[in-house]
Amino acid sequence: MNRIGKSGLTLAGIAVVCTAIVALTYELTAERIAENRQAHAEALLASALGDISYDGSLTDRQVTLTPPHGLPGDDAADIYRADLNGRPVAVLFAVTAMDGYAGPIRLLIGVRADGRLSGVRVVSHDETPGLGDRIESRRSDWIYQFDGRSLADPVPTAWAIRADGGDFDQITGASVSSRAVLKAVRDTLLYFADNRDTILGTGETLTAADDEDS
Amino acid sequence: MTKTLRQQLTEGLWSDNPGLVQLLGLCPLLAVTTTFANGLGLGLATLFVLTASNALVSATRSLLSAEIRVPVYVLIIASLVTAVELTFEAWFPAMDRSLGIFIPLIVTNCAIVARAEVFASRNPVGPSIVDGFAMGLGFALLLTGIGAFRELVGHGTLFADLGMLAGLDGSAGLRLFDGGFLLALLPPGAFFCLALAVAAKNALDLRSRRAHGLRRANPEPR
Repeated sequence: MNRIGKSGLTLAGIAVVCTAIVALTYELTAERIAENRQAHAEALLASALGDISYDGSLTDRQVTLTPPHGLPGDDAADIYRADLNGRPVAVLFAVTAMDGYAGPIRLLIGVRADGRLSGVRVVSHDETPGLGDRIESRRSDWIYQFDGRSLADPVPTAWAIRADGGDFDQITGASVSSRAVLKAVRDTLLYFADNRDTILGTGETLTAADDEDS
Repeated sequence: MTKTLRQQLTEGLWSDNPGLVQLLGLCPLLAVTTTFANGLGLGLATLFVLTASNALVSATRSLLSAEIRVPVYVLIIASLVTAVELTFEAWFPAMDRSLGIFIPLIVTNCAIVARAEVFASRNPVGPSIVDGFAMGLGFALLLTGIGAFRELVGHGTLFADLGMLAGLDGSAGLRLFDGGFLLALLPPGAFFCLALAVAAKNALDLRSRRAHGLRRANPEPR
């Protein structure tokens, strides 16, 4: 056999061995990797639920709404329902505040069945490091001021940052970011108040709502 | 030319250290060494890939003609790194998220191709494994050392998030003082730390050469 043919065959043989190594590792790890990703996604979601306990997995009761859906944001919004003993205890909204200082701010907003907020977390954003990034829970306590608030506490007219005459603190030097987050939280609460029965209804109605919207 | 085990280890760890002397693999070295745990994680991954790639390259060296040598190195190294990446994602997910793109980027660590070409393609399997291990260990120790130094100066902590290597999520580590000197954590700080390490090594070498030289020079009759 000529030299090129021999080299080509050697290369092909080694490629097969290398592919086998990768395929074997993939077989051995695929299941664990999928579990890890699921657990990580679940932990991120649960962070906006505060101390609420629930059964099963949030991602099993996920509904994706395509725009126009009435929630903050121009792209699809996800709703996750947390059930305990077959009764809905809270709802998580994954929404986008479009009017951030440097771009959209993705938020997770947890609302208890009684309409009080269980927690708000920033999933991703492009705000200024050192100023606007203080909306993140690991950079400052600012985002925790929403815990336990509802449309009745404070009254709707006071749902604004202090600079706009409202009841909520703003981040110094980042009032645009603060205003954007606050507005998205308020709009989500308004949406929840308007659609409470559909969202908290049985699993079937939630799926039916999904079919209508998608 | 055959080297003893001891010579090979000395070369990898000190006199021919891939990071300190050859200045190879600087991209991961400078980018991930913000903490002890990150340095150790990437160091161990690189150590494994380097040892295994040396073993495979050496085992196949008699089959390889000049024109397919480099493609084979690339194949072997890329498959090993993919395997390591999958393993990290499965068993050390927090570490994997912390190191991010730098696990796949081990492929581009020129220290690995360099050892394949310079050593493993010309030596039997046994010495090649020792060489890969010694070089990998030298690189891992440097990563860990710089990581520990930058974490201490920048954060005032040591061993933070070390639990990630046991598959756990973050942990606080030892807090030695509050605050810290932020520059150490930024990219320029990485260059300063590497420069300090290289300078320290050169100073030690110079001193030992002088001491050695004097000892040898003294007993000689004039």
